[in-house]
Amino acid sequence: MLMRAVKQTDAPPQVPLGLAKRGYSGIIHHLAASEAGSALSSEELESRLIELGFVEGARVEVLHEGIVGRDPIAVRIENVTVAVRRREAMAVFVV
Amino acid sequence: MHLALVGTPNSGKTALFNALTGSRQKVANYPGVTVERKEGFFVTPLGRQVSVVDLPGTYSLRGRSPDEEITRDFVLGHATGEVLPDLVLCVADSTNLRLTIRLVLELKRTGRPLLLVLNMYDIATRRGVTVDVARLSLLLGIPVVTSIAVRKGGTSELLRKTDEIAARTPILPGENLWHPLSAAELRATQREADRIIAATVSLPTRPDTWTTRIDAVVLHPVAGLAILGLILFVMFQAVFAWAQPLMELLSRAFGALGQLVHDTLPAGLLQSFIQNGVISGVGSVIVFLPQIIIIFLFILLLEDFGYMARAAFLMDRIMGGAGLHGRAFIPLLSSFACAIPGIMATRVIDNRRDRLTTILIAPLMTCSARIPVYTLIISAFIPAEQLWGWVDLRGLVMFGLYAAGIISALFVSFLIKFFMLRDYTPAPFMLELPDYKMPRVRSIAIGVYTRAKMFLQRAGTTIFSMMVLIWFLASFPTPPAGAEDPAINYSLAAMIGKTLAPLFAPLGFNWQIVVALIPGMAAREVAVAALGTVYAIEGGKEAADQIGQVLATKWSLPTALSLLAWYIFAPQCASTLAVIRRETGSSKWMALTFTYMLVLAYVASLATYNIAVALAAG
Repeated sequence: MLMRAVKQTDAPPQVPLGLAKRGYSGIIHHLAASEAGSALSSEELESRLIELGFVEGARVEVLHEGIVGRDPIAVRIENVTVAVRRREAMAVFVV
Repeated sequence: MHLALVGTPNSGKTALFNALTGSRQKVANYPGVTVERKEGFFVTPLGRQVSVVDLPGTYSLRGRSPDEEITRDFVLGHATGEVLPDLVLCVADSTNLRLTIRLVLELKRTGRPLLLVLNMYDIATRRGVTVDVARLSLLLGIPVVTSIAVRKGGTSELLRKTDEIAARTPILPGENLWHPLSAAELRATQREADRIIAATVSLPTRPDTWTTRIDAVVLHPVAGLAILGLILFVMFQAVFAWAQPLMELLSRAFGALGQLVHDTLPAGLLQSFIQNGVISGVGSVIVFLPQIIIIFLFILLLEDFGYMARAAFLMDRIMGGAGLHGRAFIPLLSSFACAIPGIMATRVIDNRRDRLTTILIAPLMTCSARIPVYTLIISAFIPAEQLWGWVDLRGLVMFGLYAAGIISALFVSFLIKFFMLRDYTPAPFMLELPDYKMPRVRSIAIGVYTRAKMFLQRAGTTIFSMMVLIWFLASFPTPPAGAEDPAINYSLAAMIGKTLAPLFAPLGFNWQIVVALIPGMAAREVAVAALGTVYAIEGGKEAADQIGQVLATKWSLPTALSLLAWYIFAPQCASTLAVIRRETGSSKWMALTFTYMLVLAYVASLATYNIAVALAAG
């Protein structure tokens, strides 16, 4: 019997957008609104994110950061630019 | 025929509205809320009369805020007293169709007849975006037209299509199948929208380079703040300094008119009424126009250009720390010149509760009308000394008064949020940063004109009636023949003042001060002339030096300081109260502002007086 370590295909790491640095670009993998420590309910946050274009498969790029605490961030999703706080951006997982 | 304009906030809806209706617009408040209702009228090429309502921008019909609820209710026909639109025009930014197409798919479920307007089509063409309009119309199942709102004749296709649709009799609405979409449904709708776009729109892969370049500077940590500071400074200067000469001119013109009346009419009640009541009243309304026009010129320019969103981005953390909305800084800054344009400027704040909070604290910003009062008392009572060899004592006191205003505003803002808006979850900061656009003169001119007209019609009537009332109190009853004291001492104002004087005694106010505060309700700087009148000094505001000297002999230092403290907080401005009432749509907030400021003024005055007396004795 061949004992061979089965190499698990490395899935690219999913990073919450809230931790992304300026200049980061990637694709949205999924939304997990409960991960964000937002004042909004998870369902509401998820809806609002989708309404601004944050859907799976959309390309994102972090364009700018705010002055105080590098917050909020200006993110380009496809061809819409949106300003959002890092706290809410934690709900968006990108690869 | 009734139309409604629906679209995302940066679709150029307002420019389209202006292009269609020109100056034939009516702006009012939706009952009970601060959201504006804009309705306009135009005639189609075939002579059809159309009324169109510009609804608040929204990303979804879900109604996440009072503004969006208005849009939702209007489109669904739930809005009380509103006509169901015959046709809903969905306005889109042609360079940015993802979100609008999703909105269109959602709107389709309501069953209302729709027309998709691809606005800003010139910008799209310039960037190499091509839209297969026919195919898009087929896939969506609704008619689609292109428009260039800012170009002459750019709405011709839209008008033609409107006539075409109206001619199809009758326009049968479909069944209303709409319900608020869940996140999963939103996702599915967005996917469908993306599929449709992929099939009909060819996009260039590169975003607008101009916007990216400008943002690299404007949103830069250091340069960005510097630019913001510069813009705010210029705006502040413009309202403070440039409006001043115009206001002086208007003031003098009305004064001259009053003088004319004085000279032509025989002395008596009619003359007094016309000169001091009517002309003075009307003048005190018109004198605000230069400031309002300048402020709104700046705001509309910045908004159209696209800068406002960037400014909100830069200020978010700083303002947020103070419990204020990022967009509140321009209204609050304007309030340093005068709270009236500042309060009117709060319309840039979409969120109703944030807007309300900003309106309520705007009067605490040290407005320019307080300066004559401050100057009068400071020069009369504070010695012209230097503290520590270089700090001018008088300047320091003035700075302290400004600081007190700002600190108290932040404090009141905190209290409001804590006590009154407890159930309120602050909207998360999620804001679209639109591409920069060249502002259009015509659109801005219409905007400024509409604002000025609104002010005159709404606030003007209230301010005017308050002025007449105050004139009445100060002039009746007329002094008996042979009276030696100034006429005001015999008036109702004096009677009220003397009756109230015991209430103010703990503050160190004598009855003359209390009497002067009554005409002083008209406007803060009127207190200077009113004090002059009460102490029988001729010359009005110009005799400030003389008045100061008399006061220095008659009042104690604690009384003077107490009056200063009073003026930081006291709601001594009928015009501001009138504007608050008009902008909030109800007297409730006006009464609240009056009350809380009065309470603050009383407490501050009381404390100042008694501390000053204690320090002087010790």
